[in-house]
Amino acid sequence: MAKQLYWEDVADGSELTPIPKIATTQMLVKWAGASGDLNPAHYEDTFAAAQGLNRAFVQGQLKRAWLVQLVTTWIGDEGTLKKLSCQFRAVDWPRFMASLTDPKEGETWWCKGNATKKYVQDDEHLIDCDIWVENGKGEKTTPGKATVALPSRGKS
Amino acid sequence: MVSVDELRGMIGKEAKVEVTQIEKGMIKKAAEAIGDPNPLWQDEKRARKTKYGGIIAPPGLLITAMMSGSRPEGSMPFQRLLAGGGEWEFLLPIRAGDVITSTTALADVYEREGKAGKMLFFIFETIHKNQLDEVVAKSRSTLINY
Repeated sequence: MAKQLYWEDVADGSELTPIPKIATTQMLVKWAGASGDLNPAHYEDTFAAAQGLNRAFVQGQLKRAWLVQLVTTWIGDEGTLKKLSCQFRAVDWPRFMASLTDPKEGETWWCKGNATKKYVQDDEHLIDCDIWVENGKGEKTTPGKATVALPSRGKS
Repeated sequence: MVSVDELRGMIGKEAKVEVTQIEKGMIKKAAEAIGDPNPLWQDEKRARKTKYGGIIAPPGLLITAMMSGSRPEGSMPFQRLLAGGGEWEFLLPIRAGDVITSTTALADVYEREGKAGKMLFFIFETIHKNQLDEVVAKSRSTLINY
């Protein structure tokens, strides 16, 4: 794990360490099982097509979970994720599998973010961030916001 | 077809309760599915040294309570359903062994004209409490019916 991030280390506009993600049909099935969201639109192409969405597409909640990973990795063990929101603005389609373990060539997504506001409230050192998932074309398909509390060097 | 006014009559009434037993295996499976190697979710020895004193669940693990459990079945007039997004407020960590009770109610319904015609936006609010009756999280989710 990287060293702990402190509130003083962050400036307005500071970048959250980006995380690359590859959605595969396999990952979608794993997530369906782990989350209990068994909507067939995420593993059955004909079902998704009947909804006008071409083929099985990435669960919004999985992209939300990627954003949680982006933020919780950045803030480290001593940081606390207080709030997170996101909008599923555009649909993403997973890569197909080339073998039991490897995806075919294709799109890579990135989870990214920026600090937008630093403040102290009720004795907590807080940071607001813009966060998003962008697709292989650099389009933000899943924009959102997060608020985190970080440890401060000013406090023992 | 059911009118928006009729649907609005269900605001606050359609409370649904879902109980989730949080287990280590479930936390591990979720972390693996996401591809999130954070030791806080999986490495007991390492997590014990943090302020949490042990493994916790990734914030927002309880999605079934937020999504599938929250649909007022039969009352959505259109066939297609899409998740529009959500908001989470995390108040306390959730640990393996916790029993979480998630209570969902319809908070708002409104209509908008989209590219594909009329779309209905359903906003659900969920309060998640642990076995000590402490509120661990609050969430809001949007489902689009069109």
